[in-house]
Amino acid sequence: MSEYLLRMEDISKIYPNGVVANKNINFRLKKGEIHALLGENGAGKSTLMKILFGMEKPSSGKIFLNNEELEMNSSKDAIAKGIGMVHQHFTLIDSFTVAQNVTLGIEPKKGFFVNEEEAIKFTKELSDKYKLYIDPKAITGTLPVGLKQKIEILKALARGAKILILDEPTAVLTPQETEQLFAELINLKNQGHTIIFISHKIREVKEISDRITILRNGCQVGEFLTNEVTEQEISNKIVGWKIDSKVEKKELKEGEVRIRVKNLSYTSKDKSPILKDLSFIVRAGTIFGIAGVQGNGQTELVEILTKTRNIQNGTIEINGVDIRNLNIKTLRDLGYSYIPEDRMLKGVASNASVSENLISDEYDSPKLCKKSILRKGEISKLAKSLVKQYSIKCSGIEAKVGSLSGGNIQKIVVARECKNIPKVLIAEQPTRGVDIGAANIIHRELVKLRDEGCAILLVSADLSELMKLCDRLAVMYEGEIVAYFDDLSQVTESELGLCMLGAKKHAPEQIGRMLYE
Amino acid sequence: MSKFLDIILSTQFFYSIFRVTTPILFASMGAVVANTAGVPNIGIEGIMLIAAFTGVFVSAATQSAAIGLLGAALSGILLAGLLAFFTLYYRTNPILGGIAINSLASGGTIFLLYLFTGDKGSATSVASKVVSEINILIIRDIPVIGEIISGHNILTYLSLLSVVFVYVLIKKTPLGHHLRAVGESKNAAESVGINVNRVKLIALLISGLLAGLGGAFMSMGYVSTFSRDMVSGRGWIAIAAEAMGKTNPIATAVTSLLFGASDAISNAAAAVGWASDLVRTIPYIATIIGLLIFSARELKKARL
Repeated sequence: MSEYLLRMEDISKIYPNGVVANKNINFRLKKGEIHALLGENGAGKSTLMKILFGMEKPSSGKIFLNNEELEMNSSKDAIAKGIGMVHQHFTLIDSFTVAQNVTLGIEPKKGFFVNEEEAIKFTKELSDKYKLYIDPKAITGTLPVGLKQKIEILKALARGAKILILDEPTAVLTPQETEQLFAELINLKNQGHTIIFISHKIREVKEISDRITILRNGCQVGEFLTNEVTEQEISNKIVGWKIDSKVEKKELKEGEVRIRVKNLSYTSKDKSPILKDLSFIVRAGTIFGIAGVQGNGQTELVEILTKTRNIQNGTIEINGVDIRNLNIKTLRDLGYSYIPEDRMLKGVASNASVSENLISDEYDSPKLCKKSILRKGEISKLAKSLVKQYSIKCSGIEAKVGSLSGGNIQKIVVARECKNIPKVLIAEQPTRGVDIGAANIIHRELVKLRDEGCAILLVSADLSELMKLCDRLAVMYEGEIVAYFDDLSQVTESELGLCMLGAKKHAPEQIGRMLYE
Repeated sequence: MSKFLDIILSTQFFYSIFRVTTPILFASMGAVVANTAGVPNIGIEGIMLIAAFTGVFVSAATQSAAIGLLGAALSGILLAGLLAFFTLYYRTNPILGGIAINSLASGGTIFLLYLFTGDKGSATSVASKVVSEINILIIRDIPVIGEIISGHNILTYLSLLSVVFVYVLIKKTPLGHHLRAVGESKNAAESVGINVNRVKLIALLISGLLAGLGGAFMSMGYVSTFSRDMVSGRGWIAIAAEAMGKTNPIATAVTSLLFGASDAISNAAAAVGWASDLVRTIPYIATIIGLLIFSARELKKARL
């Protein structure tokens, strides 16, 4: 007999294309613990969990649950064995009610029909039992992410999950929502459930987990008791070398106004106000941060700023030029760059090569293109120097971007957007889902641009990133700027969190200070 | 003109709206079911045509309207199954698969018609059966309403029932929930162990059954024989109705009725002797205008 509830022994996974995602990993789970699985992007966490959840078959190795070997062909088998997974990207039907989502596939029946009352009752009882309070009749699509996550957890519990896999559950939550989630997880643990917690955020792992397994490059670095390792030790083990995550900033030297947003309002097609009379300026040589829970208008603001959404009311001036009637090309010619949030959708062409992606913003510049013919030699020279400068790990400049890891793809986007020292840079969640090493390189690049006089608008949900980089910080809540800080040394994360949730607002005079001339 | 108005304002005219709407209504309900599960069934037009053909020849061979109807329905299911087989299991593009079904139906029915009758135009020489018309007790005796609502073909009543059937199926049954789940988010459906391909297959089969009934009405009710390309775009009109009804069964039924009404108007105009080539275009022009209004509205919403 073993003391472990679940053992994954000697698991290896080699994909047909030769990529080794997991190599001889031993992952062991004790009943009733919260076990953190840590590692950089591409370290093999997701693959390992997909194997545990029956979505992938291991190339070799065995899985034992209660000392009994598991044979799984699909996630259906995993669910039947009491394993549940909450994916990072929610798998919910937006038009369904909470109860309909929770009972999808296991609907209580009455004759030929779905027994909606029973489904609601069932969901209510489940949510009461696990203290995951939610209105079973609410329409899923209208709920904030924190509640959607609860539905996902309830969905797994409704199917009898005893082992819950949570894939980066806090990535989309505010500090307060995270705290609530942690309380709920502790409660689940106390009721005998076992939780696997996948995360990037070392501090959270330190707070919530009992034990930690760290992966690096598909191999297991080790298994640790959480209270026996320090944050610094964990971080070094994840990366494999000592990292210095501090970013040195030069003294603030503010220049002229580069971005001026005046009375910007935006109303969605269902007539609800998304942006309410926003005004702010960003000066040369500063990083202006916008904090906020996702879905409070930041996406729309960035889309309007980057001309993928029309300006309804208000004006936006870049370098003193009204951009209302400019197209993206002319805008870029003003020295305007954009690091988009969704790198696969807007950042790169994943079937194109590294070099093609690196020059896609200036393929028609005289340097790279002569009489409508691309100059191969110049392009590869430039691409090679950028690959080196930004330490992009790829098999060569002709490699397809889609085959690289998330962090390296993001470095390509950053390299392209920053290589010509833009006058204005819009950076939208520039380090979301990238590993610590790549995030560090990106942070340094942003600060370097600032020191050279670029005006940067940084939209992020990562508070520590904002605190580390920004000179000025505004908080958006329900389409409004509800707080403004011009001195970040005086701000705590919990205060920011309260503003992000709308529980605290600054006086108009304080917010008005961001329009300083 | 006054003669035209006389026709338009008569009870026969309103009676005829239900009659001409029947095939469109069946087919549009088929389109609703398929699209709810996220599989566009472009082959509806062809399925209707083959079902119309099958109905005539099976009823002639068995001398039974009921068996003929059954044969038509089965041929619809079978053809939809063929489409499902290629698109779901062999990953054919569903649009291409649908186009293939339509070409097959158009050429195939003429070929078989010639083979069986020696005629390439119609099957008037075949002694086929029609589905009978029924009077509804009590209602038939109410003036005006009785004349409009009673005395229709059984299939016309069935087509109205099919709206209720599709509505209840989608909103109230477990299968309907799965159809919607698969159509809205494949990943979400998969994550709870729903077999996505199976659900899509069922959706296509139901859509084939409904389109098949619509086709059967064309040759076993609307007229009593088969002629080449007799469905003449009704399947496409049904797809347009589904698009404008935004996959909602009730809204789609209302749109189908509007298209049926324009069809009836064109019949009335032809009856008074207006240039028949021109008035025959009314239902199609109505469809184009309808789609124009619909997409203009969508575009305006998207621009906001």
